[in-house]
Amino acid sequence: MQPEMQPAHLAVLRETDRQRKSAMLQRLAQEFRITVLDILHERGTGHWGGAASAAELLVALYFDALNVRPEEPKWPERDRLVVSKGHASCMLYTVLAHRGYFPVDELKTFRQIDSRLQGHPCMVKTPGVEMSTGALGHGTSVALGMALAARRLGKSWWTYVLIGDGDLNEGQTWEAIMAAAKFKPQRLVALVDYNKVQLDGPSDQIMPMDPLPDKFRAFNWNVAPVVYDGHNVAAVLESIDWVKSQREWPVAVIYKTHKGRGVSFMEDNAHWHGALIDDATYVKARQELLKTLEALP
Amino acid sequence: MSVASVAMRDAFGEALLKLAPEFPEMVVFDADVATSTRTAAFGKEYPDRFFNVGVAEANMVDTAAGMATCGLRPVVSTFALFLTLKGADQLRNVVCYNNLPVVLAANYAGLSDSYDGASHQSILDLAVARAMPNMVVVVPADCVELGQALAAALRRDGPTYIRICRNPTPVLFADAPALEIGVARKLRDGGDLTIAVCGVPTSMAIEAADRLARRGVSADLLEISTIKPIDAETLAISARKTGKVVTVEEHNIHGGLGSAVAEVLSQRAPARMSMIGIEDRFTESGAYDALLRKYGISVDHIESEAMRLLSP
Repeated sequence: MQPEMQPAHLAVLRETDRQRKSAMLQRLAQEFRITVLDILHERGTGHWGGAASAAELLVALYFDALNVRPEEPKWPERDRLVVSKGHASCMLYTVLAHRGYFPVDELKTFRQIDSRLQGHPCMVKTPGVEMSTGALGHGTSVALGMALAARRLGKSWWTYVLIGDGDLNEGQTWEAIMAAAKFKPQRLVALVDYNKVQLDGPSDQIMPMDPLPDKFRAFNWNVAPVVYDGHNVAAVLESIDWVKSQREWPVAVIYKTHKGRGVSFMEDNAHWHGALIDDATYVKARQELLKTLEALP
Repeated sequence: MSVASVAMRDAFGEALLKLAPEFPEMVVFDADVATSTRTAAFGKEYPDRFFNVGVAEANMVDTAAGMATCGLRPVVSTFALFLTLKGADQLRNVVCYNNLPVVLAANYAGLSDSYDGASHQSILDLAVARAMPNMVVVVPADCVELGQALAAALRRDGPTYIRICRNPTPVLFADAPALEIGVARKLRDGGDLTIAVCGVPTSMAIEAADRLARRGVSADLLEISTIKPIDAETLAISARKTGKVVTVEEHNIHGGLGSAVAEVLSQRAPARMSMIGIEDRFTESGAYDALLRKYGISVDHIESEAMRLLSP
C-alpha cells in the first residue's frame, strides 16, 4: 500500500523561510485538531484532551525537527521520538499519516477491529511509531536506552521523549531522569507537554508537579531557561534551536500547554481527557476550531 | 554423572565474559546487585557495555528495551523476584508486547537466596513470566545448561527469561548434548510413571528415579528445561504410556511447571498427577538444603509421591 501523498502538507518541508514555515505549521496543527475531533466523534472513543494539547509539538517535530524517512520508517540513522503520553495517539496518527507514513484514509479505522491504529500507539502495528506506549511512565526510560544505543553504536541520531503530567506522576519517570543524568547520553531531549490537567482533574489537586523546572535541575538536567508556549509553533521551533545548540546532556524543555486546546469549553477541563464527544458538542467544538483556523495567517 | 558442584551465578558471570567477543552487540544491565549476580566481572572488562542503573528495576528493563530497538542485545540481570514484580509492567508492555530481543537473567531464583528470607525468595516468577505472550521461559538445571541457554537466548529474536540459582548445585550435563530451547530431555526411560522436573530439583529427581528402580518401579524421567513453549509432544507421549505424572519444581505449585504440564495433559493425555513444589505459602530464612527439604522439595518426597500415585 503506497502512502497517499499530501502535496499541500508536504510543501512545508521545503519551506526555508522561518516565519512562513511557522505559519504553515500553525495552520497544519489546527487542521489536524479538526481531523482528530472528526475521528473521535465518528468513532465514539478516544482521548481529545491530551491529543489537542500536543498538536503544535507533534507537528513541529515531524514537519521540522526530526530527521526521518516516512518511506523507510526503520531507517537506522533516523531521529527517534517516543510519545510517552500514549493517549495522544489520535494526534500522533494524524501527523504520521499526513507526513506520509501511511494513508490518510486509514485514520478512520482508529480503534476499530483489525486496524493498525490501536487505541494507544503500538510500534509493531503502526509505521512510524517508535515505541508502544499507553501505560504511563515508560517513555523516558526507553528514550534513555535509544540515546545510549546511539553512543554505543557511534551514531548521531537525536532521541526525544514527549512527556505528560500523568507520566510525571509515575515513579519510573524519575528513575529514568536519575539514570539519564548519570549516563549523560548526547542528544537525549525530554519535552514536557505541561498542561497541568490529568484524568481526574487539575494536577494541582491530583498530584502537583511544581516547581517542575527546578525538579529537573535538581536531578542534574540541562533545563531550558524559559518555559515555552507549546501552542505557538514559532516558539516551539525556537526551543528546538535552543536544544540543538546545547552541549550539556540530558536536556529538558518544558512547554506551557492547555489540555483540550482549541475548544474554549474543553480547555483545561479534565472531563474532556477522554469523554465521549456527542453530536451537539461536536458541532459546537468544530465551529470554534474552524473559526480559529480561518483567522490564522 | 559428575559429582562436582558449581553455582549457576558463577557460571553466568563466566558465560557473559566468554560470549562477549562472539556477541559484540551484547550489553549487560544490573540493578546494584552486580557483585551478587556476578555481572561485575563483565562490567570491569567491558565498561562501555555495562550499565549499573541502581536499584531501579522498572527503568532498567525499559532502558534495555530501548537499546534493543536499536539493534543491541541487552542482558538484564537482577534478582528474579524484583525483575518479575518491580519490572512486570515493563516486561509486559514494552519487552513482550513489542517482542524485543532482551535476555532476562533472573538470578537468586526459587529459594536460593535462602538466608535473606521470604522477601527475596522468588517462587512466583515462572507464573508471571509464563503469562506474557512472546516470552520464552527457560529453567536450566545446572551451570552447563545455563551457559547454553544464555547463548541460545542471545540468538533469539524475542525475549527470553532464564532462571538462575544462587548456590552450588551438581553438574549434570557436562557430557550431554547441548540444551535446546523447547525440547525436553529424557533422563530415564520407564513405563510405570512419569516424573517431570525443572531446575535445581533435577538431581533429586534423578536420585528418586534410581531409588524407585531399585524398588522395581520404572520412571520415565523428563527434564523440562523450557517451561514455555513446553515440549507438549514428549509430555503427551510419556503420559499416554504411564498414565501417572509427578511434577517437581522450586516454585509455587500455582502457575509454574506443574500448571504448565497440567495445561498440556488435560487437553492431550489426561493423567493422574501430583505436583511437588511450594504449597502456596510464604517461605522463610534458613540454609538452602534445609529450606528445600522443609518445603517438600526432596528426594524422599518425590519417592513417596511416586509410590502414592502408584498405589491403587
